[in-house]
Amino acid sequence: MKPSGFTYHRPQTVDEALDVLGRVGPEGKVLAGGQSLVPMMNMRLAAPAELIDINRLTALDYVQVEGDGAGAAVRVGATARHTTVERDTAAFTVLPLLRQALSHVAHSTIRNQGTTVGSLVHADPAGEMTAVLALLDGSVEVRSAHGARCVSASDFFVGPLESCLEPDELATSAVFPVPEGRSGSAWLEVARRHGDYAVCGVGAVLRLDGDARVVAARTGYISVDATPVVLDLGEVIGRVPYDTADWDAAGRYAAAQLQPEGDIHASAAYRRQLAGVLTSRALSAAARHALARHDIMTEVPQ
Amino acid sequence: MSDTSAAEPRHEVNLVVNGVPRSATVPARRLLSDFLRHDLGLTGTHTGCEHGVCGACTVLVTGAGRSDDEGVSGRPIRSCLQFAVMYDGAEITTVEGCTRPDGELGPVQQAFQDCHGLQCGFCTPGFVTTITAYLEENPSPSEEEAREAISGNLCRCTGYQNIVASVLRAAELKSEEVGG
Ligand SMILES: Cc1cc2nc3c(=O)[nH]c(=O)nc-3n(C[C@H](O)[C@H](O)[C@H](O)COP(=O)(O)OP(=O)(O)OC[C@H]3O[C@@H](n4cnc5c(N)ncnc54)[C@H](O)[C@@H]3O)c2cc1C
Ligand code: FES
Ligand code: FES
Repeated sequence: MKPSGFTYHRPQTVDEALDVLGRVGPEGKVLAGGQSLVPMMNMRLAAPAELIDINRLTALDYVQVEGDGAGAAVRVGATARHTTVERDTAAFTVLPLLRQALSHVAHSTIRNQGTTVGSLVHADPAGEMTAVLALLDGSVEVRSAHGARCVSASDFFVGPLESCLEPDELATSAVFPVPEGRSGSAWLEVARRHGDYAVCGVGAVLRLDGDARVVAARTGYISVDATPVVLDLGEVIGRVPYDTADWDAAGRYAAAQLQPEGDIHASAAYRRQLAGVLTSRALSAAARHALARHDIMTEVPQ
Repeated sequence: MSDTSAAEPRHEVNLVVNGVPRSATVPARRLLSDFLRHDLGLTGTHTGCEHGVCGACTVLVTGAGRSDDEGVSGRPIRSCLQFAVMYDGAEITTVEGCTRPDGELGPVQQAFQDCHGLQCGFCTPGFVTTITAYLEENPSPSEEEAREAISGNLCRCTGYQNIVASVLRAAELKSEEVGG
């Protein structure tokens, strides 16, 4: 349970970090919060020869709400901890799903150190924030010594524990778009104990019109496939008043779309069952959330 | 330790532990938990799983380039998941530092004694540090909040009931202290 030796780099600026990453090549690994990398090193499942510690890059330690109306988004810098994102009130006001999902990411002690961007790069199929990014059609900003690119969530997650980053690249921030209109959200999951990786987790984002009819509904899933899965359930639910929507039917439909696998924690059939039940509950919760948020918002100006 | 191959470069790590400046020269791969225990001789911090699950190694940190330090006297982290070299210049509180200034048991430690919050004591350092930080954030938790606050720490002996009671008792002791 001890890691093997490595050369340690502690850049003070982003440019310095990109320079080191470019020089050390495939032998190098970024060390962010260490909450996924160090357990793997302790168990010798990973043995990078060079570690680039980005914890001193305070320029990337931010959570920022950008724009308003259509195009608004929450941008999270690479060294912002899960806890910082979870507690950010401006981010919570425009995008409550971040806090809803983050409260299920491990325990607070792990969230104090683990970074949200790190959990995206780590690309664990059970990692809540991967599905949140995918569900919101978010993206990751990536830089290397040669340039910058912005990768959409659908291209970012390549496989289990595999993102599309090249060895010389640093993910500098993640962008979580704010859903438009009268929207609400929910995150529900089942884990053996609170804080454990979920056996199945579901996020829902749902939009209502002025008459409280469902106009859009999407769900995102963890622990059911190699990468996060997103379903569009708007048509299945139909443009019906939220209180007459058949959430159970939407859940059954969603379960039929998924191809979960069985493992030591749960059989494939149990996972599918969970996905269906959690889908209907998450949709219903997201609809009530949309209503409550909207009411609160219209009352504020008085 | 078995990691001292002659070629392995060593790093000087200077930090403040429990208010005392300390220093040691270690390989980059030295875990913060091992640094505290072996290099500094502070064996109060325990290591159980060394992959972040049990919480026995939890210590409180500030500094080390973090911008969210303001107003906190220590953020709980798993010392088994960090390298000591990352903490050059930081301030750390271990269970040894959770005492009163005069060296008597601190409120959380006292509460564990009062409520029989430990049996073998292996998990206790992680609980004491975690609860110390938690009570700064939430000085009067409900029983449910107390349970949630310790949910990231494992204990194989007590069944947790007396640890929950210890959290509530510690809150009481702290408020008496402030009040009196
Ligand atoms: C006990 C325990 C329980 C956990 N439970 C959960 C859970 O329920 N849900 C969940 O989502 N997570 C969980 N985690 C993982 C946690 O969320 C991690 O914080 C997260 O997965 C990784 O973030 P990190 O900053 O610690 O990254 P690190 O561990 O430092 O890095 C992880 C990987 O990403 C790379 N990387 C990190 N940042 C960058 C960057 N900016 N650019 C390029 N590469 C980068 C690293 O090189 C490494 O390969 C748990 C961890 C522990 C120890
Ligand atoms: S030793 Fe178990 S969490 Fe660190
Ligand atoms: S008292 Fe023995 S493990 Fe907690």
